Amino acid sequence: MSTAARGAPYWLSSPAALVMLALVAVPLLLTLSLSFYEFDPAKGVKETFTWANYLSVLTDEYYHEIFLRSAWLALLTTLICIVIGVPEAYVLSQLPQRWRAVFIVIVLGPMLISVVVRTLGWAVLLGSEGVINNGLRALGMIDAPVRMMFTFGGVLVALVHVLVPFMVLAVWTSLQKLDPATEHAAESLGASRATVLWRIVLPQVIPGILSGGLIVFALAASAFATPSIMGGRRLKVVPTTAYDEFLSALNWPLGAAIAVLLLVAVLAITLGINRLVERRFRQVFQ
Amino acid sequence: MNRIGPVLWTFHALFALFMLAPLVMVVLVAFTDKGFIALPFDGASLRWFRAIATNSDFVDAFWRSVWLGVAAATGATLLSVPAGMAIAWYRFPGREAILGLMLSPLMVPHIVLGIALLRFFTQLGVQGTIGGLAFAHAVLVVPFVLRLVIAAATGFDRSIAQAAESLGASRWTVFRRVELPLLMPGVAGGWLIAFINSFDELTMSVFVASPATQTLPVKMYHHIVHTIDPLLASISTVLIVLTLVLMLALDRLYGLDRILAGKT
Repeated sequence: MSTAARGAPYWLSSPAALVMLALVAVPLLLTLSLSFYEFDPAKGVKETFTWANYLSVLTDEYYHEIFLRSAWLALLTTLICIVIGVPEAYVLSQLPQRWRAVFIVIVLGPMLISVVVRTLGWAVLLGSEGVINNGLRALGMIDAPVRMMFTFGGVLVALVHVLVPFMVLAVWTSLQKLDPATEHAAESLGASRATVLWRIVLPQVIPGILSGGLIVFALAASAFATPSIMGGRRLKVVPTTAYDEFLSALNWPLGAAIAVLLLVAVLAITLGINRLVERRFRQVFQ
Repeated sequence: MNRIGPVLWTFHALFALFMLAPLVMVVLVAFTDKGFIALPFDGASLRWFRAIATNSDFVDAFWRSVWLGVAAATGATLLSVPAGMAIAWYRFPGREAILGLMLSPLMVPHIVLGIALLRFFTQLGVQGTIGGLAFAHAVLVVPFVLRLVIAAATGFDRSIAQAAESLGASRWTVFRRVELPLLMPGVAGGWLIAFINSFDELTMSVFVASPATQTLPVKMYHHIVHTIDPLLASISTVLIVLTLVLMLALDRLYGLDRILAGKT
């Protein structure tokens, strides 16, 4: 190879690499340094090193509750998305061509619509003057409106709605790689339909379920719009707390510390599980 | 061949209802003649659609989002096409690091990126400018373009380019007349996903935009947190209809499932 050809990949990729370095890596490092700065409510940010921001997050029960709520919200969202997303992906894969096109628009199309719009829909449905409450009242089933907005359940339902298409898509992609001959073979050997699904189809789509699950978990743990609109100020999660510290309390160092902890937690959990799973299911990935 | 039993059919119907219900509700309440959100309502009217025209700041935010999406998608494409070619066709020291760096916006939560860029832009003195916002959006959508460019370049028969070169074509001619046309489906698909992702982005923009440079999702978010009124429903309805039209067009051009696969 000539010297010119050896240099080619570098001058092709260096503009992109430099921009990403400048606008992702450098800002993240600056945020890390900001999280060690001191904050004085009267004077603002002081450029002196301190662990105080991390200590106040890690020792204060107020923040423990918020971090636990986020973890629990992300975990439940992921589990529900697996439970309803996997069968839906299977149904999609079995539909005749024409119906499949229709249901892809219905099931996956909402991914292209802004999260704000979709969350607004849930606010309309679940509000105390919302469709469900008014409907139940008209039927005489309740006297006073049931509180669903600003509850954990309300946030959870809306978040599942926002994120379940990612799960369906991931599982559906791995279903498409499936060789139908394996199902036919099992059936011709006398396996029941349920046995085929459980013993033949499911094990082969586990990589899809796991990658979908990791995406959903990471997005749920760092979701901002849906918890903010559905949960309000009373039901704080980690991203909305970081937002409030930055833009309301103007305590940037504390907000930066919360952001760093969120980033580390999400990366550690997703990369850790990924590593674990690749070892456990090595044969499936080959 | 019907392999789906009644249980799965019922489940499927409920799932479709779950996905559709909130969007249908938004469209329905947009047609109320009341000043607040209520369902069922007595009289239907278009007053909230006419109200969009008089709220020029929402219209401005819409066009700002459109142009921001165009700029971000174009910028990301200009960066990703050469980088994608290098990553797909060459094995060189640092390749993995550059690939990881370019895909990193997928790994870093948008809220963290937003905070990081707010801090960075403030230090540079460009916080809240439309230019800063455009750079932020471009970086955010680089992974979407890059992945489709790499996919297109990997399935590319390099002997065609070698043939052109051996017949005396310059490096630039080979790129413009041979390589780019063959990469075009990937590039165009990547541009579109990048545009959609930029147009819908909220979490990072909430930090990076100033009141004068609010994008449509940011403007809608600040409005919703304050009050939920039918104006928001009518704006959302317009967005839903536009997205539906775009989806049908994309389905004709590419197949919707292929476009959506790039969204994750």
